[in-house]
Amino acid sequence: MIHVRIRKQFPPRPDAAAFSLDVEFKASCGVTVLFGPSGAGKTLTLDCIAGFTAPDAGRIMLDDEILFDAQAGVCLPPQARRCGYVFQNYALFPHMTLRQNLAFAIQRKPRLERHRRVNEMIERFRLTDVAGRKPHELSGGQKQRCSIARALIGSPRLLLLDEPARGLDAPLRAELYELLRQVQAEFQTPILLVTHDLDESFELGEEMLIMRSGRVVQSGSPKAIADRPASVEVARLLGIFNLLPVEIVQLNPQENSSRLRLGEFDLTGPYFPGHMLGDRVWLCVRPDALTVSARDGSPGANQIPAQLQRVVEMPHSVRLEFSGGIRVEVPPSQFEAQKHNREWVISFPQEGLRVL
Amino acid sequence: MQIDWFPLWLSLRVAGIATLLSLLLGLWLAYLLANRKFRGKEILNSSVTLPLVLPPTVLGYYLLVLLGRESPLGQLYEWVFGTPLVFTWQAAVVAAMLHATPLVVISARAALESVDHCYERAARNLGASEWRVFWRVSLPLARRSILAVMVLAFARSLGDFGITIMIAGNIPNRTQTVAVAIYDAVEAGNGDVARMLVLVISVLAVSILYVANRLLARQPA
Repeated sequence: MIHVRIRKQFPPRPDAAAFSLDVEFKASCGVTVLFGPSGAGKTLTLDCIAGFTAPDAGRIMLDDEILFDAQAGVCLPPQARRCGYVFQNYALFPHMTLRQNLAFAIQRKPRLERHRRVNEMIERFRLTDVAGRKPHELSGGQKQRCSIARALIGSPRLLLLDEPARGLDAPLRAELYELLRQVQAEFQTPILLVTHDLDESFELGEEMLIMRSGRVVQSGSPKAIADRPASVEVARLLGIFNLLPVEIVQLNPQENSSRLRLGEFDLTGPYFPGHMLGDRVWLCVRPDALTVSARDGSPGANQIPAQLQRVVEMPHSVRLEFSGGIRVEVPPSQFEAQKHNREWVISFPQEGLRVL
Repeated sequence: MQIDWFPLWLSLRVAGIATLLSLLLGLWLAYLLANRKFRGKEILNSSVTLPLVLPPTVLGYYLLVLLGRESPLGQLYEWVFGTPLVFTWQAAVVAAMLHATPLVVISARAALESVDHCYERAARNLGASEWRVFWRVSLPLARRSILAVMVLAFARSLGDFGITIMIAGNIPNRTQTVAVAIYDAVEAGNGDVARMLVLVISVLAVSILYVANRLLARQPA
């Protein structure tokens, strides 16, 4: 269990704008993902936990130990924190063999035990054949496994991973995810993982913290966040929604309904508590929640006509991009049946509509 | 032509010892300047590079005052080793060291600072003490540059004239290094001896620089 509550200010510099990190979160067993765009302060947060950077204020607790406390003047050196760190570029010592890299991490242990532990990890991470090689002679996947093994060999209380899948191709990514799940099951070490890849967050994360400009803007399970983004900001960061500007023209709490004006068309949605008549808001709807059909006379309820501008055939679905920036995702079979439509209408579900 | 080779051997010996000592001292200072934050860091930085710009005679004068028989340090040396330091070949070592150390500090600092920080962070993260981080990670990763620095330090130690003549003097067969011997030979009109020594020392210097450049050029990625 790690509890972080830290602040750090960076004054503006000629080459960089001012930046302030101000985050608070708890993470227990399992994988917690720090998700956000570049420059959101994700790696900086990891560096503060590992002790490479000292925050200005706040406190970091790992299990029952205080790693950092500005008020009490506690700031343990990185050596004493026992947080395994898997660096973005692996940071395997280039002048040491893989075996020496692993042994370096447990230098304090007696020789025989060290030997045994190193062999155990080499076997566990399928590195037996390359144990005597230096990092530049290893493949990307081997380096990745070695850096995880090195971070784990000293039995850390927390494992920090900084964009571990960066630069790996799809099969290696899949392998890495599988490995991390096994590591999670076997070593029971809580994992804090930094990424800006949404699929990765869903693949691994039990908890997810969305970061932007040095703040945590939403936290929860990846599914819950994707279902209910808390703000337009979050919805934009996730990048999986249609965000359409609408005006609320009718609100009816008794019947749990509302009317939204999108351009010249009206949509019917559920009642939106907390919003007022006349509010200009963002309609947030997933591309796969929309359906399309051929235009047949005037559009029906919750249907709006639109011009098809682009078709992207993806491996598992087809993305249709319409005028007005509306994206719709349909299964390939559905697209096949409709690809000769001259004019299209998009149907919005009444229930799945959310405004932000 | 009768050439006395003693100055050459003395120079090589003095330069060898001075290289080792200036490497030790220089690495320590370079480490402090590259890794630590402390008060007076800039003052230390400037005073370390001072010997590069001061006239050698001024440096020699400082050393004479600092290590002479009347000074506390000189007396301490005399008490420990039983003989005074000034005007011995050991004084030539001190002179060569003073000549070479600034170069070592500047180059070694650059070499240490060019080591990617992530390796040092990784080492600390894995529980290595600062001492271990330096000896097992920073230094090996900078080893080629440090070796080049060592070679250059040797060349520079070999070439000192001004400081040596001030503090070690020009005593044939005792403190006369090559640089001093050449000066002596020219003064005495021994053109052949001077030419020979100049030739030898030039060839030596060129070879040393060649080795140093090779070391620096083949820097692995």
